[in-house]
Amino acid sequence: MIGGLFIYNHKGEVLISRVYRDDIGRNAVDAFRVNVIHARQQVRSPVTNIARTSFFHVKRSNIWLAAVTKQNVNAAMVFEFLYKMCDVMTAYFGKISEENIKNNFVLIYELLDEILDFGYPQNSETGALKTFITQQGIKGQVSTKEEQSQITSQVTGQIGWRREGIKYRRNELFLDVLESVNLLMSPQGQVLSAHVSGRVVMKSYLSGMPECKFGMNDKIVIDKQGKGGASDDAGKSSGKQSIAIDDCTFHQCVRLSKFDSERSISFIPPDGEYELMRYRTTKDIILPFRVIPLVREVGRTKLEVKVVIKSNFKPSLLAQKIEVRIPTPLNTSGVQVICMKGKAKYKASENAIVWKIKRMAGMKESQISAEIELLPTNDKKKWARPPISMNFEVPFSPSVSKGPHLEGLGFKFNVGAHAKTPL
Amino acid sequence: MTDSKYFTTNKKGEIFELKAELNNEKKEKRKEAVKKVIAAMTVGKDVSSLFPDVVNCMQTDNLELKKLVYLYLMNYAKSQPDMAIMAVNSFVKDCEDPNPLIRALAVRTMGCIRVDKITEYLCEPLRKCLKDEDPYVRKTAAVCVAKLHDINAQMVEDQGFLDSLRDLIADSNPMVVANAVAALSEISESHPNSNLLDLNPQNINKLLTALNECTEWGQIFILDCLSNYNPKDEREAQSICERVTPRLSHANSAVVLSAVKVLMKFLELLPKDSDYYNTLLKKLSPPLVTLLSGEPEVQYVALRNINLIVQKRPEILKQEIKVFFVKYNDPIYVKLEKLDIMIRLASQANIAQVLAELKEYATEVDVDFVRKAVRAIGRCAIKVEQSAERCVSTLLDLIQTKVNYVVQEAIVVIRDIFRKYPNKYESIIATLCENLDSLDEPDARAAMIWIVGEYAERIDNADELLESFLEGFHDESTQVQLTLLTAIVKLFLKKPSETQELVQQVLSLATQDSDNPDLRDRGYIYWRLLSTDPVTAKEVVLSEKPLISEETDLIEPTLLDELICHIGSLASVYHKPPSAFVEGSHGVHRKHLPVQHSRSFEWAASLLLVSGPAAAMDQPHVIPSQGDLLGDLLNLDLGPPVNVPQISSMQMGAVDLLGGGLDSLVSLNTHILLLMKAKGLEISGTFSRRQGHMYMDMTFTNKALQHMTDFAVQFNKNSFGMIPTSPLPVHTPLMPSQTIEVSLPINTIGPVMKMDPLNNLQVAVKNNIDVFYFSVLIPLNIFFVEDGKMERQVFLATWKDIPNENELQYQIKECHLNADTVSGKLQGNNIFTIAKRNVEGQDMLYQSLKLTNGIWILAELRIQPGNPNYTLSLKCRAPEVSQYVYQTYDSVLKT
Repeated sequence: MIGGLFIYNHKGEVLISRVYRDDIGRNAVDAFRVNVIHARQQVRSPVTNIARTSFFHVKRSNIWLAAVTKQNVNAAMVFEFLYKMCDVMTAYFGKISEENIKNNFVLIYELLDEILDFGYPQNSETGALKTFITQQGIKGQVSTKEEQSQITSQVTGQIGWRREGIKYRRNELFLDVLESVNLLMSPQGQVLSAHVSGRVVMKSYLSGMPECKFGMNDKIVIDKQGKGGASDDAGKSSGKQSIAIDDCTFHQCVRLSKFDSERSISFIPPDGEYELMRYRTTKDIILPFRVIPLVREVGRTKLEVKVVIKSNFKPSLLAQKIEVRIPTPLNTSGVQVICMKGKAKYKASENAIVWKIKRMAGMKESQISAEIELLPTNDKKKWARPPISMNFEVPFSPSVSKGPHLEGLGFKFNVGAHAKTPL
Repeated sequence: MTDSKYFTTNKKGEIFELKAELNNEKKEKRKEAVKKVIAAMTVGKDVSSLFPDVVNCMQTDNLELKKLVYLYLMNYAKSQPDMAIMAVNSFVKDCEDPNPLIRALAVRTMGCIRVDKITEYLCEPLRKCLKDEDPYVRKTAAVCVAKLHDINAQMVEDQGFLDSLRDLIADSNPMVVANAVAALSEISESHPNSNLLDLNPQNINKLLTALNECTEWGQIFILDCLSNYNPKDEREAQSICERVTPRLSHANSAVVLSAVKVLMKFLELLPKDSDYYNTLLKKLSPPLVTLLSGEPEVQYVALRNINLIVQKRPEILKQEIKVFFVKYNDPIYVKLEKLDIMIRLASQANIAQVLAELKEYATEVDVDFVRKAVRAIGRCAIKVEQSAERCVSTLLDLIQTKVNYVVQEAIVVIRDIFRKYPNKYESIIATLCENLDSLDEPDARAAMIWIVGEYAERIDNADELLESFLEGFHDESTQVQLTLLTAIVKLFLKKPSETQELVQQVLSLATQDSDNPDLRDRGYIYWRLLSTDPVTAKEVVLSEKPLISEETDLIEPTLLDELICHIGSLASVYHKPPSAFVEGSHGVHRKHLPVQHSRSFEWAASLLLVSGPAAAMDQPHVIPSQGDLLGDLLNLDLGPPVNVPQISSMQMGAVDLLGGGLDSLVSLNTHILLLMKAKGLEISGTFSRRQGHMYMDMTFTNKALQHMTDFAVQFNKNSFGMIPTSPLPVHTPLMPSQTIEVSLPINTIGPVMKMDPLNNLQVAVKNNIDVFYFSVLIPLNIFFVEDGKMERQVFLATWKDIPNENELQYQIKECHLNADTVSGKLQGNNIFTIAKRNVEGQDMLYQSLKLTNGIWILAELRIQPGNPNYTLSLKCRAPEVSQYVYQTYDSVLKT
């Protein structure tokens, strides 16, 4: 299991060091700093083995979190734990930064003592943790016996992510479906592969222990006949228009065995914001936009870029807050932009031209052209031509033809999408 | 209030000041001081001298302060064991506290204080906490047992904590169950043989129930534990699988991977033609693909595991190659892994797409990635024959780019393509030669030299090209030197007239001016070979090489199976067994995939272990045995990166080539078989019968980097009751690249079990690294005893007595010996000729032989002059052996 956990700043100074196992010594702290943080090379692997000690690391802004072990641990679990650790810290004190960590080091030690015992991850749901580890000192000594046993039963119980007795004057539930369309196109414009990965993010402010049920159309159909798909009893709803989803994963509040047998998503939600589910589809993806880039190199110091976007949905619908990012080479010295619609600006710090359009109806077309002046360089390395990316919101879901519904509850509905095309 | 100020105290006399503050009257001041101490501890300052002062602060009802003091204690108690005792009272008191959070805190912290005296005091409170009414305390106590076991395993057993822990598996609270499982799993790793977890169907059921209810981490512990269970039959396996599959939809990737591990293991037990088996295979694919939309680190872990899964069960992801196409913003480690999997999934159906992708990758910016992409194109050519031509032209396009590292990598893979498709793409050699000057890496230089040497007859200026390399001979790496030596010898054998000077030059460079023993030896061998017998030299050096195949980069099957049992863990990330990177006793016992029960067999008695301490080295093996040398000799032609799958046949070929040169084996059977090759241990050998005793003559070669000790051997029950009569006579450690020959005496008094084929023998060899299993077909003639000559009268009577349906007839084809030679040869194998008759111009030989188990076999061999096909009639009361006797006849007469 995890033998120790260290947090470093960008210089490699230790901010937090907690050792759980006897086989991890203080020299492990230095080994990681010297071999990974101070290494000149780019990081080649998130798992590093130094002198029979394995280091797992993740980076958040310029903070390094490293878990250390000498055993054959479950590697996926260690990373998931590190992510969870980040979530917990964010939930307690906001952004993970050197300053915030130093300001909260006592709290972090307390959390680490609670969520990791002898290197075994324990309940790490902030909902539960916040009932007894607070920034204003421990609640333990003031609470009554009932409160104490309520805390412990929640921490160890089946619904570890929600505490009892939550009350709201107005019960509200918000739902966002965020989709990113990943598209791979050949230089000739042929779509090589496309998939949508979607996330259903909820914000729930509900009283008590509400039992929720979530459905898309009638029932989610996990594609059966197609390649590699899996399902048992999806055939029932064949008459209705159904959504073909390749696969989905759920937050731990969702009863998986019920989903497996009845295909219904039922759960008692955590309080506040959480990601209820993720899904992935490759079938019948209607691309909401087409992005057609044209790049021409004029000599060594000039680049002409033209990008056309075409909206590909019903004319009655409106896309909003469209933002197209066109990457520019690192040696760009100046950019002139002309666009038919919206506003475009070259942002030197981000190495990109950002083109914003407030609204665009379906079946329309717009274009931007830019002249990019380049500084002559000796660098032989070619410009890697990163992909153009695009963000927008449409009040309907692009890949899913009918919207989701929540049973028995009012909800606000908001859909965003994120598309990428290679330049 | 911010705490960051505690990090900035850096002045002199800090310890002294802290001491004062820790003893301050005011509670608040003391708390501040402890925080400063912890901050100092974090950044690595030694604050152990403050021990008594900090411990003094422990008696407090402020829980935050208490936790800080505990944190300090955990860090320094070991360095101040005597003073740590001062804290015991407070711990014991806290274990009785009405607040369950405090009880748990005390038990949790006590377990982390690794001081013997403290652990003694821990036992009583721990026993109480294991039965505490509050689940939070119980789940903490469960982990504490594992902590205590780590400090003092004996005490845990003596105090009966293991039983209490086992009871917790039936606890009503799922988290208590999960922690108890985790603790028991860890403890049982250091007792591999004890049935600590006692996984029986009832317990499994309890675990499966808890699985639905506990936290994501608990689910991982339970799934990892389930994967160690061996269901008794396919029904049980299926029902567990059914209850595990819902976990594949969990958001936590570790839960998913652990579930995949359980399913991959239990799939072994399901019948391949069942519907459920196929449904399960289909269910595995989508979650594995979904893992690739997670965070990059998890993607990396997933890809390393998928790499194993596609090798074990390629059908799962064969349709999904597109998801492994590299994305622009993937981190480099994800890109490299995806590339690897793309090659594994490449097939005729998708090769066009894959090649188009690879060509794109070869123009990227990251050097490592580009190189790997170029290598991948070569691997595609070798794997998918139909694509070879397209791959070669892609590689040529890449060579035209003149990007230095691309060219070099391309040349290395083209060498491999030549090895796979000889005499097919030689037209491109001219293009390759144009780039000769730009090659500066040893790999590429060696590859180019190999190509020039191999195709010397088609390259007009081959001698000039090779000569140009010779100028800086001593500055080249060993690999290039060795290849150059061989290439020039090849050239000489092909164009002897013009290149005599050149070959002499390289031979003298290699033998006289070099201090590299490999190079010198190789040089001398060529020299002698060329000076004694140029014809043989030609046969050896220019012999046809075995083709390479794509299998070369696959993980060895036994290792693969072991790694499948470790899906999700570090072992699966490193692609190494845990023993390769874990110290001590944790997790070093090997895991095996479950075996369907009908196929399992039982091993006889215990291992015969090597006894006593290492005796003195009997003979220093400075000179490797001839077999090895020849192996090397041929290896050198292959170029270093190419593995040779057919090594066994090659060694045999090499032995045959030099025929009379090898007389080390006085054996009835001259076939030396490669018995086993794994984990760096290579065993080849043969069976022989000398002066009425049977031996298994083996050659052990250590090709690993570590020394090997503790050799032992054991046979499974077999048809003839063979067992070793003494332990394996390997008394000294086998050093890396050392070879030893051993003769293992055998007799036939062991337990008998009929095998199929009859002469099959299953052998287990153990050493400090692993246990290796292999099976070998025993040549039957070692069982032919010396007193197998029957009296003439008895022979006649017996012949008549055995019913005619027991007579079996065989043809021995293409044999050109006369009757006397035949009889002489057979006699050497204890097949005795009793009478010889000439009937109508045919020679009839009547022969008898007896097996160690007393079975007599009578034979009539008919030899017609001018007919190379002999007829053999065998009569025996146990006719099932006849076939093997015939095989022996056949092989004896043809050697």
